Amino acid sequence: MIRLFVPKDVSALAVGADRVVKALYEQAGEGVQIVRTGSRGMTWLEPLVEVQTPEGRIAYGPVTPADVAGLLAAGLLSGAHHPLRIGRPEDHPFMVRQTRLTFARCGIVDPLSLDDYRAHGGLEGLTKALAMGPEAVVAEVTASGLRGRGGAGFPTGIKWKTVADAAADRKYIVCNADEGDSGTFADRMVLEGDPFCLIEGMVIAGLAVGATKGFVYSRSEYPHANVTFAEALILAREAGLIGPDVLSSGRTFELELRVGAGAYVCGEETALLESLEGKRGMVRAKPPLPAHVGLFGKPTVINNLVSLASVPVILATGAKAYADYGLGRSRGTMPIQIAGNAKYTGLFEAAFGITLGEIIETVAGGTLSGRPVKAVQCGGPLGAYFPPSLFDTPYDYEAFTARDGLIGHGGIVVFDDSVQMGAQARFAMEFCAIESCGKCTPCRIGSTRGVEVIDKILAGTEQAANMAVLEDLCQTMKYGSLCALGGFTPYPVMSAVRHFPKDFGPKDSGPEDFNGSGINAKVPAE
Amino acid sequence: MQLIKETDYGTPASKAEAEVSLTIDGFEVTVPAGTSVMRAAMELGVKIPKLCATDSLEAFGSCRMCLVQIEGRNGTPASCTTPVTAGMSVKTQTPLLRTLRKGMMELYISDHPLDCLTCAANGDCELQDTAGEVGLREVRYGYEGDNHLCAEADTSNPYFTFDPSKCIACSRCVRACDEVQGTFALTIQGRGFGSKVAAGMDEPFFESECVSCGACVQACPTATLTEKTVIEVGQPEHSLITTCAYCGVGCSFKAEMRGEDVVRMVPYKDGKANRGHSCVKGRFAFGYASHRERILNPMIRDKITDPWREVSWDEAIAYTAGQFKRIQRDYGKDAVGAITSSRCTNEETFLVQKLVRAGFGNNNVDTCARVCHSPTGYGLKTTFGTSAGTQDFDSVEQTDVMLLIGANPTDGHPVFASRMKRRLRQGAKLIVVDPRRTDIVRSPHIEAAHHLPLTPGTNVAVLTAMAHVIVTEGLADEAFIRDRCDLDAYAAWATFVAEPRYSPEETQALTGVPSAELRAAARLYATGGNGAIYYGLGVTEHSQGTTTVMAIANLAMVTGNLGREGVGVNPLRGQNNVQGACDMGSFPHEFVGYRHVSDDATRELFEDLWGVKLEREPGLRIPNMLDAAQDGSFRALYVQGEDILQSDPDTHHVAAGLAAMDCVVVQDLFLNETANYAHVFLPGSTFLEKDGTFTNAERRIQRVRKVMAPKNGYGDWEITQLLSNALGYPMAYSHPSQIMDEIAATTPSFAGVSYQTLDRLGSVQWPCNEAAPEGTPVMHLDSFARGKGLFVLTDYIATEERTGSRFPLLLTTGRVLSQYNVGAQTRRTANVAWHTEDLLEIHPFDAETRGLKDGDWIKLASRSGETSLRCQITDRVAPGVVYTTFHHPSTQANVITTDFSDWATNCPEYKVTAVQISSSNGPTDWQEAYEAQALQSRRIAPAAE
Repeated sequence: MIRLFVPKDVSALAVGADRVVKALYEQAGEGVQIVRTGSRGMTWLEPLVEVQTPEGRIAYGPVTPADVAGLLAAGLLSGAHHPLRIGRPEDHPFMVRQTRLTFARCGIVDPLSLDDYRAHGGLEGLTKALAMGPEAVVAEVTASGLRGRGGAGFPTGIKWKTVADAAADRKYIVCNADEGDSGTFADRMVLEGDPFCLIEGMVIAGLAVGATKGFVYSRSEYPHANVTFAEALILAREAGLIGPDVLSSGRTFELELRVGAGAYVCGEETALLESLEGKRGMVRAKPPLPAHVGLFGKPTVINNLVSLASVPVILATGAKAYADYGLGRSRGTMPIQIAGNAKYTGLFEAAFGITLGEIIETVAGGTLSGRPVKAVQCGGPLGAYFPPSLFDTPYDYEAFTARDGLIGHGGIVVFDDSVQMGAQARFAMEFCAIESCGKCTPCRIGSTRGVEVIDKILAGTEQAANMAVLEDLCQTMKYGSLCALGGFTPYPVMSAVRHFPKDFGPKDSGPEDFNGSGINAKVPAE
Repeated sequence: MQLIKETDYGTPASKAEAEVSLTIDGFEVTVPAGTSVMRAAMELGVKIPKLCATDSLEAFGSCRMCLVQIEGRNGTPASCTTPVTAGMSVKTQTPLLRTLRKGMMELYISDHPLDCLTCAANGDCELQDTAGEVGLREVRYGYEGDNHLCAEADTSNPYFTFDPSKCIACSRCVRACDEVQGTFALTIQGRGFGSKVAAGMDEPFFESECVSCGACVQACPTATLTEKTVIEVGQPEHSLITTCAYCGVGCSFKAEMRGEDVVRMVPYKDGKANRGHSCVKGRFAFGYASHRERILNPMIRDKITDPWREVSWDEAIAYTAGQFKRIQRDYGKDAVGAITSSRCTNEETFLVQKLVRAGFGNNNVDTCARVCHSPTGYGLKTTFGTSAGTQDFDSVEQTDVMLLIGANPTDGHPVFASRMKRRLRQGAKLIVVDPRRTDIVRSPHIEAAHHLPLTPGTNVAVLTAMAHVIVTEGLADEAFIRDRCDLDAYAAWATFVAEPRYSPEETQALTGVPSAELRAAARLYATGGNGAIYYGLGVTEHSQGTTTVMAIANLAMVTGNLGREGVGVNPLRGQNNVQGACDMGSFPHEFVGYRHVSDDATRELFEDLWGVKLEREPGLRIPNMLDAAQDGSFRALYVQGEDILQSDPDTHHVAAGLAAMDCVVVQDLFLNETANYAHVFLPGSTFLEKDGTFTNAERRIQRVRKVMAPKNGYGDWEITQLLSNALGYPMAYSHPSQIMDEIAATTPSFAGVSYQTLDRLGSVQWPCNEAAPEGTPVMHLDSFARGKGLFVLTDYIATEERTGSRFPLLLTTGRVLSQYNVGAQTRRTANVAWHTEDLLEIHPFDAETRGLKDGDWIKLASRSGETSLRCQITDRVAPGVVYTTFHHPSTQANVITTDFSDWATNCPEYKVTAVQISSSNGPTDWQEAYEAQALQSRRIAPAAE
């Protein structure tokens, strides 16, 4: 029996993976088994077909149905040469540069096989966690230096300790899988490619803080991920990984999947909790912190999916092994997601410290269009635009903050020199206006006024005066907003203004129109 | 006089005992832990600008005006949502904060009409004030951008308008509807810039489930939600604190005035009964005071078939006194009597009974409490020793299990219902014993743990079965019983209730309550923590009303649910001053303070003070007066503020009694139904036109303050005094406070009450005397008023009113939110918009078998009489049970009710009448004849030239 591997990840399905599988079944004859995996994360090579050979798995890609006949004729099943042959995926330069910890299994295992999961190191973390006891688990996570991978970068161990120390009749673990940032897909890849890893991480979290119930809040835009994860939950319950007696430990942990209805703001943790409770996705004021008063008023660990999915490997290999990666206060690895106008897009898991330039120029290979890079937006639609002059910035929470940016959930969107940054600034305000929950004034009214003011600037109407209004508005939104949606919208806006002032002038005049106004186009510092 | 402005602390007070000290703008302040920075600042007198915060609502943090800077913390946290911590150092004004607030306000005003000068809220607008506070001087965005300035106003509600063009989306209205009222009628629809307040499913307010309690209007910081009276008249210039004249909750209001015009009634935050909340009646329905049908001149006539003749006060009083003197001379001193009012003040009620006892020289005085809560008085006096509820309303905040029997508080006592619902949302459990599925059984975020839909008339069987479960399952609180109760009586009672015939399994065929449900309910009440019983007229208005009250007292004693916060036995009183009318000696057998007329010491006390000999035998009760009238021995009646023809049972019997009298004197605001049989009409005054006190359901004595001169010329107490003087018994009070002083001087439980005390404390709950100088919130703390609590055997003796083939259905009666009692006041306000007619609720099964469709005219017939009204098909009532309200005289539901009554107190059995229902073309002949007679009777002759 020859084993082939074809991803079922949406990035592969979108470019015809199912049709390739159909062609393979029809043309390869008896004796071929096709395993549907997650994605390796090299999206430009999808559909990536791998074959098991004595030398290891040999990959071909991108494969179309029309290529199948030729591939088979050339000896695909034995890993023979063909123009589409990549070789062993792990030897590909894109992979060689990575440190795969959280995504070690993604693209390799059958996402719905617990045996496969175990065979690739799955459940080692949970087994150790059960042996070491809750306090030691919290200490281990704290020692690993793991910080929130959703963007805020709050130390995960401290959050867990707060919940562990809270007295309550019930506590919850909530996974924020409402991955709405433009250019991000790490959560989805875990849900589709290694769902047991998330389940294991959440069970460990539950045991560590004394929570007996967890929820994964996913999004309706991820239908495939939701199907896969729902199936994984059934298998996990059958295998006793979740349920009343987790791995015969006597401990209880129940887990449920919930799907949001399409509001970006529900990725904000308190709005997410409201939504989980069946209410409108409105942001709650903090304090109280969710760790004290969270879901249904109970102490709640709410972590990003990547944070939770990083826990099993931390427990399995030890906090020190994880913390040895990284730099400064940013420890471990980050799944960087490269999207937009880049030659090599995909998921690149690397230790903190790699520079932005290295990522864009070396890993991503510059733009797909071949034109010069003009800017990259890091950290989703609320992240700052970085010009190439800042490409020496190391990928690190603090370094990005120092340059008025954020790494967010690890998304990077690349733009070439055809982009008009005034339009991008307007888009940031427009995005905020569309996605605002409407609770706080700066976001509710400010974002709409922001669009209008930028329109006036771009139309050349009283530019200097309106630029001053825009700067004041950004300050009001940054300091005044209730949550990060309104509070971070000024980052893309003001970074565009600061780094690309010419894009805010009227078409036929330069930036002097407002540069002489004394406006210091700079986002106010914290 | 000036406009009372209450301080808004921004966030609710913290109830924590621990204290925290911090520094705000360099000043140190110490506040309870959990207090917000905003409130702590206000305690210091530092008002941080705010729009979405108000101290009746939990902090929300949306307007972002109240940002502050805190030493050692990043950013600019909102002071409303940030709790104080020890040693915190806060700055409320810095260059950054100034810029941010101005920026925030600039955004607000960029979407707000600039019509301040012609705006209804001009002078009372928090947005306007805050714009001034932050120094906004220009709006640089201009007004060409996206906005809501053209949004259309919703004027559908009779009392307030909703103008979304002025809305700042602060959610205060939505939160008030949720947190304070608990109706959840409002929401924010849409999101972002499109966020807007919507009622129901984006319906007009009037068509939504909004109950017009006014909480949203009160919470609104702008002119978005505004009383129509304010739009019409303008802002008030002075105000006085007074007490609502509707139900027994006794809400405190600020009567906000412009001259003698009431601009609006605003619930008073420091009112201890209502804590700043209101309902549609007290908040808005005061227009009856100036209704065109209000009678302002005295009138007399020789025969009830004559038209009325307007006369001077002198002539009316002289005529009345002459008639009473003549009748007493010809038929004996016992041939006259009076009925006091549960709507008038304590002082007025006291005067009427004094007039009867000292002026008439008999004890023929009774009150409308006869027909509502007389069993409460008798039952609680027997078991506990005092004729009153045991708790204050605040007690509900400590309650874990509410047992609600025969009461529909969301309609009858809406403001207290909101407090109950708030506690239920916090997790308290609810048991409802009611034939009908009332709103509180299941409403937003509330669901009763148990609803026991009993057959009307089986209260005693249900409660005794609950006692059976508690005793036989060993759930009795033996320590409490040993310590606090009469043990012999307990032993006899426990043996009695343990009899198998009182098991839920045995009683279920009779009561219709499934035994398992009843057992579960009994266990929950006995073991669920603090258990409090609240009950209403569904308990008392039965032939076993007194037995049921005693069964309730037994249940509370056997479970130890007495003598502390959160528990108790709490009658929900119907009218504003039922408690007071009972306290003031309105019953034929009792002096003020529930002292029997046969008690020599008490009688001597009053004889000395009043200078007359007093009768030691009890006088006639209302039904006895009517019987005696038909016998010819009772011939004149003085009725103050009461409409016995419409409110008392068996209308034909009442009419016959009244028609037989020589002189019926009605003192009221309107020509009510009883006035159709009256010979003298003395125009009464409204609660806005006199000083006095009302006593609410929690024994709370509260001031009623005169905000305008009586339109009729006199306060009701003055009219009684005029009559007394004309009859030859002199009274010379120059102010109601003197009457209260007399009450205090003669009544131990009122010894500490005076207008000065009330002005100082706001209100007091009796007993108020040397032992309790500031009143008594919770009674029977260490021992019962009677010493040991008395268990009373409550044998179930079914009413003689039985269903049969002729009258197969059971009728029970109740009321709706918008109407009050017989509707004399509320029908003369815009409240009629919600309830234009009484409807008969009937189960679909019973409707089907009679071929009835929703809205059909039906004939409702009983042994007593028949009437017609339209039907409403609903499964709120069980098959076999029908229900209606009695707010409209055209329906005359009491034509149907029988003359069965409570064995102990004669309280009528309104709640159980066997009836038949059949199709009808419209009003019955009787109704048409009555209508014609009423029209005829209300004629007023043109004044003589």
